[in-house]
Amino acid sequence: MRTDRPARGSAHWRVDAWLWLLQRASAAVLAVCVAVHLATIFYAVHAGLTAQTILGRMHASIAWPAFYVLFVVAAAVHAPIGLRAVAAEWLGFGGRRADLVAAAIGIALLALGLRAVWALAR
Amino acid sequence: MTAGTAQAGGLSRERRPETAPLPSSQLDVVIWRSGAGGRLERFSVPRAPSQTVLDVVTWIQRHLDATLAYRFACRVGMCGSCAMTVNGVARWTCRTHVDRVAPAGRLELRPLANLPVIRDLVCDMREFFDKWTAAKGAFVPTATRRDPPARVPPASRERRHADAAIECIGCGVCYASCDIVAWRPAYLGPAALNRAWTLENDVRDGARVARLAAVAGDAGCHACHSQASCTERCPKHLAPTASIAGLKRLASRSLFERDR
Amino acid sequence: MTKRETALARIASQHDRHAGWWAFIVHRVSGVALAVFLPVHFWALGEALRGDARLDAFLRWADAPAVRASEWAIVVLLGLHLTGGLRVLALEWLPWRGWQKSLAAAAAGVSLLVAVAFLVDLL
Repeated sequence: MRTDRPARGSAHWRVDAWLWLLQRASAAVLAVCVAVHLATIFYAVHAGLTAQTILGRMHASIAWPAFYVLFVVAAAVHAPIGLRAVAAEWLGFGGRRADLVAAAIGIALLALGLRAVWALAR
Repeated sequence: MTAGTAQAGGLSRERRPETAPLPSSQLDVVIWRSGAGGRLERFSVPRAPSQTVLDVVTWIQRHLDATLAYRFACRVGMCGSCAMTVNGVARWTCRTHVDRVAPAGRLELRPLANLPVIRDLVCDMREFFDKWTAAKGAFVPTATRRDPPARVPPASRERRHADAAIECIGCGVCYASCDIVAWRPAYLGPAALNRAWTLENDVRDGARVARLAAVAGDAGCHACHSQASCTERCPKHLAPTASIAGLKRLASRSLFERDR
Repeated sequence: MTKRETALARIASQHDRHAGWWAFIVHRVSGVALAVFLPVHFWALGEALRGDARLDAFLRWADAPAVRASEWAIVVLLGLHLTGGLRVLALEWLPWRGWQKSLAAAAAGVSLLVAVAFLVDLL
């Protein structure tokens, strides 16, 4: 049998299964967030895009920064898991090194995203 | 399908004056031949009413080139041995009518994708069936002959899940159609996972925990991206995509169960 | 052939295409594009740390036609990835039978709607 399945513990499928579940759970959160985001862009572009209106909205209520924090966290979970699959399937880049790169991308996205929310909300 | 076939084949000929030829009386057939790196070889085959792709290959072997290698057994869609790539799409050839897949009278036949070729149109199916074994595709009994027969209500959820996926003939069309099999060589593939799903729904089976561990993960059900090529191409109209999704849900549930 | 060449050659050469395959490839390509865009987007917003004059300058830059066109493209990609994702979630979690093509069609329809709405809005 042709196989490139790495030798690993019998419980390793749980890691893959968790990643899969996390990506689907974050996808469900993102589906709502993206819909809200698209509606907000639509509305904001109509009203004219200025720094004042963006900052004004972010300062109007704690709900907006909280929403964007949730959005950023979900995206930072969702994107690297997808990239990990693309790398394994299209670039032949898999295994532990790919997992580490994916984790690094997730952390970088989280940091950049939270920085952006902080910049607009403080 | 049957009506269209009949019209393009027998019926239309009856309606025409005796002197008028068929739109095209010959099929232009190009077949993959192995040896010396492989090449495509061209044959001309007379058209016939209700002609199947397997009929075409058989005619070539009997009349033009006896060395052409292909595989078949039952000729009626039960044994699952005659699958090939027909004009770019994996199909069972015994029940694929030429009129349906080659309206322009041109056929390109290749062996199934994703499997090593033995010769011409014959693939080595070992890997395909080894993966059934790796997916623990065999029933593990929990009762003995002294026990009374198990009672499985036909309307139960498990029984309905198993019924929907049980009619697989192991032809390998789904396996050859699946991009994930091509991209992840360790991936068990739609047929083996579909088989595992039927057994995961067999309440009499004694290996359901071990089987779930064998079919979960990135070499198993979690690699599937629901492209649904398997479901699109399955000649038995099964939906391996649905079976694999069922395995994903089972695995998700088991993540929250202590004893699994 | 390396594994990478094999995978890419297969994407390019296979003729066996159907609605589900197209839904997958659009979902994947839009996902990768969004993953590339996301850090740029976050970085640009983070620049507001240096005051709203800076952000306004950025927004003026973002008013240029070429930038607006790429913004539109990104919104469309987001719409495509969202609807493709809803298709996958439905296939994986709902008891579907035989309506996988309708799902792909619905995803394409909704994406088109989002795309047209934003195009009309931007023009």
